[in-house]
Amino acid sequence: MINFVRQLGQTGVASIQSIGRAGMMFAQSVTWGGPGSAGFGDLIRQIHSVGVRSLSIIIVAGFFVGMVLALQGYTILVKFGSVSALGTMVSLTLLRELGPVLAALLFAGRAGSALTAEIGLMKATEQLSAMEMMGVDPLKRVITPRLWAGLISVPILALLFSTVGIWGGAFVAVDMLGMYDGAYWGNMANTVNFYDDVIKGLIKAVVFGLVVTWIAVYQGYDSVPTSEGIGKATTQTVVLSSLAVLGLDFILTAVMLGGI
Amino acid sequence: MQMRNIELMVGGFMIMGIIALVLMAFRVSGLSPEAGGETYTIKARFENLGGLTDRAKVSLAGVTIGRVTRITLDDEWYAAVVEMEIDESMTTLPIDTSASILTAGLLGEKYIGLSVGAEMDYLADGDWVQDTQSAIVLEELISRFLFSKAEG
Repeated sequence: MINFVRQLGQTGVASIQSIGRAGMMFAQSVTWGGPGSAGFGDLIRQIHSVGVRSLSIIIVAGFFVGMVLALQGYTILVKFGSVSALGTMVSLTLLRELGPVLAALLFAGRAGSALTAEIGLMKATEQLSAMEMMGVDPLKRVITPRLWAGLISVPILALLFSTVGIWGGAFVAVDMLGMYDGAYWGNMANTVNFYDDVIKGLIKAVVFGLVVTWIAVYQGYDSVPTSEGIGKATTQTVVLSSLAVLGLDFILTAVMLGGI
Repeated sequence: MQMRNIELMVGGFMIMGIIALVLMAFRVSGLSPEAGGETYTIKARFENLGGLTDRAKVSLAGVTIGRVTRITLDDEWYAAVVEMEIDESMTTLPIDTSASILTAGLLGEKYIGLSVGAEMDYLADGDWVQDTQSAIVLEELISRFLFSKAEG
């Protein structure tokens, strides 16, 4: 019993410690500059590896999500004779919720895990210590460009996800189910508000991008430098960032809608 | 991979993001470029809006010629004041034009339907539409019907 309480306390203290380390790492790595700091070219290279390479999965997923939303929405709305609301439904669902959330979840699986494994392996092969020996701050050199690349890439990916999804929905609704395309696009344009829906969705995506990348680089930087430790850290990245995205989504929605 | 290729791909990625944002703005959320059409504003006083909102359509003979820009409450008349901007191409609305709040379909959105009068003078910027008809509120209709049944 005592042992159980002791273990519980240890776990609690360890997780608070780990949050503290993550915060310190973030504070030190969010700004550019310092000895051996990464340059603009590194940022471009990182946007390529986390953003451009996630493009295919985002576009395919977005297209299918949009198509299935239109199909499901059509069968429900047709019962109430309000199929004309389908475009509004698909676009608002994607812009407000599914675009940012699913893009962030896919990003965590596709790019976040890769970031953790990469940094963890750098640590295991002592590249990070080698940098410190040369007087280069590994936080500025390795973490900073990756953090910013994630922050820049996720909003773009979320926006592309929603765009592709809306056109995928139009493909099913208009071309396959024979809905009048003026009703699909016209009602959408009347209801969707640029600030309330598009910009607020983008704010969500920025926050998700920051949190997912932060968790990914921290897990890699803090991993136990063994093959087992890297594997564990990679799993932790996907689990923690998915939970963080879903939890934050509720909080952000509540704040933005002002319902609570 | 060559740095040049990477730069090209990242540039393409950014441009795709910007194109997506522009599509969202103009195609999906229906922001119309402000400079694209000159407009003038007319006002109307309604007893009951029944769910009319900002950005609702203003149509004449089923053709959209403007949008609702602002809704305020007139505290002297206890009535709603709706300001709507009308496209500059439609300057020949007679001053006895009437405005009514209509519904697109049974459950659709509310919009303002204009029907023209016969006067030779035209509405100018800032003028009031005198003849207005409020939204039909279903509950009022039903209660009126029920009362008339009960009396008869």
